[in-house]
Amino acid sequence: MATDHTAHHDAHHHTPSFAQRWLFGTNHKDIGTLYLVFSLVMFLIGGAMALVIRAELFQPGLQLVNPEFFNQMTTVHALVMIFGAVMPAFVGLGNWMIPLMVGAPDMALPRMNNWSFWILPFAFLMLLSTLFMEGGGPAGGWTLYPPLSLQGGNSIAFVIFAIHLMGISSIMGAINIIATILNMRAPGMDLLKMPIFVWSWLITAFLLIAVMPVLAGAVTMLLTDKFFATSFFNAAGGGDPVLFQHIFWFFGHPEVYIMILPAFGIISEIIPTFARKPLFGYQAMVYAIASIAFLSFIVWAHHMFTVGMPLGGELFFMYATMLIAVPTGVKVFNWVSTMWKGSMTFETPMLFALGFVVMFTIGGFSGLMLAIVPADFQYHDTYFVVAHFHYVLVTGAIFAIMAGTYYWLPKWTGFMYNETLGKWHFWLSTIFVNLLFFPQHFLGLAGMPRRIPDYNIAFSDFNMISSVGAFGFGLSQLLFAYIVWSCARGGARATDRVWEGAKGLEWTVPSPAPHHTFTTPPRIDDRELAHGDVSH
Amino acid sequence: MMARRFLTATALLAGSAGAALANPKPWQLNMTPGVTEMSRQVYDLHMLILWICVVIGVLVFGAMAYAMFKFRKSKGAVAARWSHNTTAEIVWTVIPVLILVAMAWPATKTLIEMADTDDAELTVKVTGYQWLWRYEYVGTDVNFVSKLDRDSDRTRMLRSGLDPAAVTVDGENTYLLNVDRPLVLPTGTKIRFVITANDVIHSWWVPALGWKQDAIPGFINEAWTRIDTPGTYRGQCAELCGKDHGFMPIVVEAVPPAQFAAWLGETDAIAKAARAAEAAPAVAAAPTADAGASAADAQ
Ligand SMILES: [Cu+2]
Ligand SMILES: [Cu+2]
Repeated sequence: MATDHTAHHDAHHHTPSFAQRWLFGTNHKDIGTLYLVFSLVMFLIGGAMALVIRAELFQPGLQLVNPEFFNQMTTVHALVMIFGAVMPAFVGLGNWMIPLMVGAPDMALPRMNNWSFWILPFAFLMLLSTLFMEGGGPAGGWTLYPPLSLQGGNSIAFVIFAIHLMGISSIMGAINIIATILNMRAPGMDLLKMPIFVWSWLITAFLLIAVMPVLAGAVTMLLTDKFFATSFFNAAGGGDPVLFQHIFWFFGHPEVYIMILPAFGIISEIIPTFARKPLFGYQAMVYAIASIAFLSFIVWAHHMFTVGMPLGGELFFMYATMLIAVPTGVKVFNWVSTMWKGSMTFETPMLFALGFVVMFTIGGFSGLMLAIVPADFQYHDTYFVVAHFHYVLVTGAIFAIMAGTYYWLPKWTGFMYNETLGKWHFWLSTIFVNLLFFPQHFLGLAGMPRRIPDYNIAFSDFNMISSVGAFGFGLSQLLFAYIVWSCARGGARATDRVWEGAKGLEWTVPSPAPHHTFTTPPRIDDRELAHGDVSH
Repeated sequence: MMARRFLTATALLAGSAGAALANPKPWQLNMTPGVTEMSRQVYDLHMLILWICVVIGVLVFGAMAYAMFKFRKSKGAVAARWSHNTTAEIVWTVIPVLILVAMAWPATKTLIEMADTDDAELTVKVTGYQWLWRYEYVGTDVNFVSKLDRDSDRTRMLRSGLDPAAVTVDGENTYLLNVDRPLVLPTGTKIRFVITANDVIHSWWVPALGWKQDAIPGFINEAWTRIDTPGTYRGQCAELCGKDHGFMPIVVEAVPPAQFAAWLGETDAIAKAARAAEAAPAVAAAPTADAGASAADAQ
């Protein structure tokens, strides 16, 4: 090791070996890259599981898999996409961009940063290995509702341990982000001058710290119920199966915002850049994110309207949930106002951002419909819900992640990605994703429950369309992987500013961003900040 | 003999079949208005919010589309510098609040009505099992299980080679939506359901009635309905309950009250006779599992 170190030290600068750089490295940019690559791999694995589901649902009758395996696919698909694809992608973007955006040389706690990433591959290996264990992987849904989730084999212990690890990783990542944002900002980068992406991550990090331990507690109680004869959730032993749902969703609803707030941040960076106009209502955007985060703690039981809550409880959770529409509406109106009287161009990041605004809003509408308790008695646990949360998670969170990837990719690699292919990727994704998820609204309204491997003939037409959309969308993502890969290898040289209208500290460093940036704090020029007028 | 009497009881129902079908239809786009006062209220609420969302959507997306065509750099648009407008911000905070109040009002009214299970004329206990339903008519000996019909069950096996489209009743496809014994209910009667489960959580859902209610072990949930039109109404278990979650349908057969009374009387008599036979000390043989009355003693 020591000789290896000296051997490489004769270069103009410290050049670490592969292992030193990628396994033991603490550089925020490298760890950001690791998170993003990991997330892409998980996205493709989770996507493959979705294709198993959609292939089985292509037509009525069971053709490919038995119901046991189908249930494992729905369960593990969700866990992989939520904890393996979406969350690590946001952490990766945060790692790469937050220090660059606030003028910090690195994350506040670089060693911990390395650790919080390297937990993840082991956690997911453990989770995925359960599919090959006796009795198979978890099949009770990602929500792990007892008593069903405890009916399977002993593999649930591995699932629970994997969830513990993911939680530890998330909490460490969140602590790191909070410490970085609160302590490492360049002089003059006041809190209310920070880019919205940084704000959204600061608030998200607090949500993570607040709710990941709650999830850990809930799954630990599952573990002891299963293996140590406790009865937290076992009615026969004096426990309460509904209690699990309350604890789970106390985690689960803020988790929904953990997956969307950083997306709001990304979109709020991209739209001003390509509209060449400052973000409309900067402070309103910050307060909207903060109020959404607050509300997320008092709405959890809207996932449980049919468990038999007292009338007062149902009314409270209905009103609180409906309230979320107000700050969410403010955000959408502000994005549209940012475009208004702008000077717009439509490069791939902007296309994905505009797609986000439209399709996330559609998901928001169905969310509002789901908040109405009597109507939810019909919608609940049907494909209407499946359509809803895929609109907010796929065309919401994942479209934002892709928008952010195209937006910052030239800064990361020093090369421009292929714009023509990027546009193809956007249009193919948008067309197929709507073919995939829009008909699911109809299926749900017509009465098709979710999480079923087979269905009545009446549901066959829209299921077939949905499956065609799924395969089209899945294949389009291979194009994405290719575009990113080829951009990493070469292409037209990117300028430092990259985009004509781009503002913010990240565009003041060279492209590709050198290994070490802002080793001396930058001077902050308010006119150079992303959101323009900081007085509002 | 028992089997023959069971058939006569079922034959009483034949007249009502097909009066108002509420099965899902191919290419169906929207929720069923259902066959009860509450289900119609739920449908109206659904349509109200849907249209409000459509109007807001047209305004927001319309503004976006206008901006995208009008304010393009390629058309020579020069970006304005403003980033703030207090009036507009107040307007689009206050108006949504008012719209929400307008939605919450009818929703609250309907919810309060749906929660009121008092003054029911008939109580049915529903118990979810992996993977069938048990129905008990409280105050009688009528108590039976209802599970996926044989035709669907054969067809749904992995690579069965059987065509789901061939599973029909009276020309209507009933694949996975038919049971061996439907739940028979009277029309025009306030019926209270007490709903629970024996193993894992299930959810009892017939869209035409306008609601679903979770069936949870250790809990007894309540719901009610008053069906307006005779007919066959199909539904499914709505909460993931294991491998055969997709294969535990629900069929409600709604018949006029007089017909229902006749059916209940006859079925109750069969059940009572069966119980008496089982209770007879001389009978040494194991009791036969008759669908009509098997678990009467077990209660
Ligand atoms: Cu929620
Ligand atoms: Cu069930």
